[in-house]
Amino acid sequence: MLYDIFIGPFVQMVEMPDFFLQVLWEGFVAGILYALIALGFVLIFKASGVFNFAQGIMVVFAGLTLVGFYESGVPALLALLLTIGVMGALAYGIERFVMRPLVNQPDIILLMATIGLTYFLIGLGEFVFGGEPKRMIAEELGLPTGSTAIEMGERGLVILQHIDIAAAVIAILMVTALGIFFNKTRIGRALRAVADDHQAALSVGISLNQIWAIVWFAAGLVALATGIMWGARSDVSFALEIVAFKALPVLILGGFTSIPGAIIGGLIIGFGEKIGEIYWGGLVGGGIESWLAYIIALIFLLFRPQGLFGERIIERV
Amino acid sequence: MTNLKHLVLGTAAALIMGASGTFSQAMAEDTNYVPLLTYRTGAYAGSGIHIANGMHDYLAMLNERDGGIGGVKIAIEECETGYDAQKGVECYESTKGKNALVYNPYSTGITLQLIPKASVDKIPMLSMGYGLSAAAVGNTFPWIFNVPDTYWDGASVAIKYIAEQEGGLEKLKGKKIGYIFLDAGYGREPIPLLEQLSTKYGFELVQYPVPGKEMQNQSSQWLNIRRDRPDYMVMWGWGAMTPTAVKEAVKTRFPMDKLIGVWWSAGDEDAAAGGEAAKGYKAMNFSGVGSDFAALGDIKKLVIDAGKSQTDPSSFASTLYNRGVLNSVIIAEAIRNAQEKTGKKVLTGEDMRIGLESLDLTADRLAEIGLADFAHPMKVTCEDHAGGNPVFIQEWDGKQWQKASDWIEPMTDVVRPLLEAAAKEYAEKNAPWPARTEACPN
Amino acid sequence: MFYREAGQFKTSYEADQALFPIRQDRIGLAVILLIAFVGIPLTANDFVLTSIMIPFLVFSLSAIGLNILTGFAGQLSLGTGAFMGVGAYAAYKLTSLFPDVNVIVMVLCSGFFSAAIGAVFGLPSLRIKGLYLAVTTLAAQFFLEWCFIRIPWLYNYNASGAIEIPSRDMFGILVTGPEATPLTRYFIVLAITSVIALLMANVLRGRIGRSWMMIRDMDIAAELMGIRPLQTKLLAFAVSSFICGVAGAMMVFFWLSAAEPSSYSIKLSFQILFMVILGGLGSLSGAFMGAAFIWILPVVLKFVPGMLGFDIEAATVEHLTFMIVGALIIFFLIVEPHGFARLWQIGKQKLRVWPFPY
Repeated sequence: MLYDIFIGPFVQMVEMPDFFLQVLWEGFVAGILYALIALGFVLIFKASGVFNFAQGIMVVFAGLTLVGFYESGVPALLALLLTIGVMGALAYGIERFVMRPLVNQPDIILLMATIGLTYFLIGLGEFVFGGEPKRMIAEELGLPTGSTAIEMGERGLVILQHIDIAAAVIAILMVTALGIFFNKTRIGRALRAVADDHQAALSVGISLNQIWAIVWFAAGLVALATGIMWGARSDVSFALEIVAFKALPVLILGGFTSIPGAIIGGLIIGFGEKIGEIYWGGLVGGGIESWLAYIIALIFLLFRPQGLFGERIIERV
Repeated sequence: MTNLKHLVLGTAAALIMGASGTFSQAMAEDTNYVPLLTYRTGAYAGSGIHIANGMHDYLAMLNERDGGIGGVKIAIEECETGYDAQKGVECYESTKGKNALVYNPYSTGITLQLIPKASVDKIPMLSMGYGLSAAAVGNTFPWIFNVPDTYWDGASVAIKYIAEQEGGLEKLKGKKIGYIFLDAGYGREPIPLLEQLSTKYGFELVQYPVPGKEMQNQSSQWLNIRRDRPDYMVMWGWGAMTPTAVKEAVKTRFPMDKLIGVWWSAGDEDAAAGGEAAKGYKAMNFSGVGSDFAALGDIKKLVIDAGKSQTDPSSFASTLYNRGVLNSVIIAEAIRNAQEKTGKKVLTGEDMRIGLESLDLTADRLAEIGLADFAHPMKVTCEDHAGGNPVFIQEWDGKQWQKASDWIEPMTDVVRPLLEAAAKEYAEKNAPWPARTEACPN
Repeated sequence: MFYREAGQFKTSYEADQALFPIRQDRIGLAVILLIAFVGIPLTANDFVLTSIMIPFLVFSLSAIGLNILTGFAGQLSLGTGAFMGVGAYAAYKLTSLFPDVNVIVMVLCSGFFSAAIGAVFGLPSLRIKGLYLAVTTLAAQFFLEWCFIRIPWLYNYNASGAIEIPSRDMFGILVTGPEATPLTRYFIVLAITSVIALLMANVLRGRIGRSWMMIRDMDIAAELMGIRPLQTKLLAFAVSSFICGVAGAMMVFFWLSAAEPSSYSIKLSFQILFMVILGGLGSLSGAFMGAAFIWILPVVLKFVPGMLGFDIEAATVEHLTFMIVGALIIFFLIVEPHGFARLWQIGKQKLRVWPFPY
């Protein structure tokens, strides 16, 4: 028993290095995808203090819209543009009808409003597109679908899916773009000002409504990218919504307000989860993936409550 | 403080009573009422929609073409469960008062909830090829029917088919067979039988559970499979789990012809997710492949083209659609049978039970209703509500399903004693379980 | 005019500290209890009892449980569903281990198990709060859900992996199982819910309840005033989980009669949280109103198209129900973030001064 816990897994890692590499790669890809979802949360939390539970359904909704347009005969790239338009309209609608009337409410009310939004989008999505899973149009969008196998020694094989590589590249590009956007542009600076202090931002002439519409739109774009990537791995279906919960431990690790934190948190969870499940999961019957991430986050929280990159919380009485 | 509660309660109660009142009146006198518990929403809608369409369209076609069964129209009502146990019970309670003939919950969880209620409310339940395997023992479960096969029959066919590929059951010794399943009542059901067979034939059984929440995130399971290198994989997938599994199998370069799905993992979209590369993926099936049947032509003409159905023409006659049709064929034949046995035209749940228990769907009868060779002939007896009928294997050729084997008999000699034992155990655990009092109609 | 407490003098401290010091409230409560215990049983049919009233009461009780934790003690929790599951599985194990003991005793005992588990998962609340705490309660939710699947001892090694409730009787009347009449089950659920609700109303206005509210309003200040955060927070977790556990056990024993682990999923947690928020944080009557809104509205909505004579597919109704419920949740949060309880207070004020505006 003790051997199985403390020695066996490491022996296995050394004995089958190709397999270990493959596990790491899968962990990396899963981590990138978690990070993408977490990124959507961070964007909105940073600018408005709203913990957006609807990010998960926005992923599904964006994916469904894209496929829906394509299936109704629109060329793939045009469908992508139209979907971006729809996400923009959605962002405006959310800002206008949900966020604006709820300004200054406590966190939990805003949280509930986003869950209400989730219900609404589930209903709307199924009403418009039907409940059946849809195949993501990855090829039509020009994304690579093949795979490369790298041979390692005898029988050793590491398989890299091109779509996963593309996901990683897109995620990195997105984070870089968002980083530049936040740090170098006028709107980005305004966004950070809003994040620091709503009233101070208002007093120097920044329009809160405009900023919020922009962050929701940015989160919508991130959702679309996530929807494409995750949809290409499995299918675009409403079951995907639940994957969004995985973003929460990622956020805990990375801190709610840090974009690099979301990426690094995602990678830690991705690696930890795959390695844990594959090398230790068998000891307790498998399937520990469904809670391991949360326990990692929980333990982490006990030592560093503000996350890796979060700002230290100072409370005054 | 609490006055509003009373107000809210009062109005709500009044509304509900009004609602249920109008509903029971709306029921016409001379129809046979068949509620369909379906799910076109939620995480399992991908599989549920096709089943729902198939079930609805066949019954609707009978109404259109023949004016119902025995001259009595069938009142069809769908109730949306979303594969959710709470809503399933709600659907049951709201429809049972309308003289429901039979229930098809299409969810193992809802089936388990309804099993004890069936004998009390005197409404039979048809869980066609799913639900509680032990319910096949008619003497313990007179109100539950799971023709044509239980999951245990299915699991034994999978093993038998693997043995055939290897050249005999004795060749299974030392082989490694993986079992990947949805980690819920549905996927856990076959495990006792697989374990039994594994000790009997000396193969190693490795289990890979897929949690419901992680249906679309199976890379760990398939990595484990890659490490363990099982010789064959058996899969019990449903909803979004199956297409994801097929994709992952392709990705990890698992030999597709060694992956065998249960009949619920045999959807067209399930296999299509893997596309050309999923060529060779096999699944069990017991309902017809393709649209080349006279009755399906009638459905197309009278129901779908007439705009009386929600079926998307492109998914017409897909595997799961045909499965739904077979479900309705069994219902319709049981109604006809019950009408003959009881001499009544408008039936009750008790009559329907007699109709189901004496059901004998022969090859001639199948041909008569325009579905020759659509399914294996099946016969229900009072002792055996499943029948342990043979199933066949179909193979994905990259574009569509093709029949890939003859009918394969399940290992009834292994399955039946296990079923008896399980039924006995169920009755003991749920003591006092009512003893059978219903007379055998055969 | 209709709701005036003028003229009701208190002549003793007992009268002043009574649970319902205002006569109108006492009358109102009596009327509600009368309707619940006499009116509804006399008029309601089986569908109303089994699909509306029993679930409504079960959800009300669990909403009270969560409200104690979130509304009164200020600790946000998303693990309600799992705590309810602990109660259900504990009650199931207890009744199969001791089949002769009264099943209601078992249901109530099961609360102690969920209380213990709740207290364990409440430990992190000493270091973390707010949304962070919510995420750690998710850990409880997913971990416990996994346990329900992976520890076969919990469901007596049933092949199906589900718990099925056997028939049990009490004084010769069947109370669980398929043959127990809806009326019997309704009375039991109603009795347990009302007793616990009254008990909690008492606890909340006393020392314990006040210390919870102090922790909620400002934990550091409360600590300075001599409230021990460790005991107080853990007690809140334990009491809340106890009530949720009892509700969860009632859910499977008197309503669903069989449960898979997925019956106690994160969906249930959200459902209960909605009831609490919409009903009003920190209000017991709000828990009832929230439960009525979230559970009864969708059931009623299903019948609306049929009543109006529209022929809409069941699936479409479901889609529309989702949209309407979602939109209404947002609507009510915007109109009255303090929930129905607050709306009722405003209404009471209006009744008090009617027909004058002030």
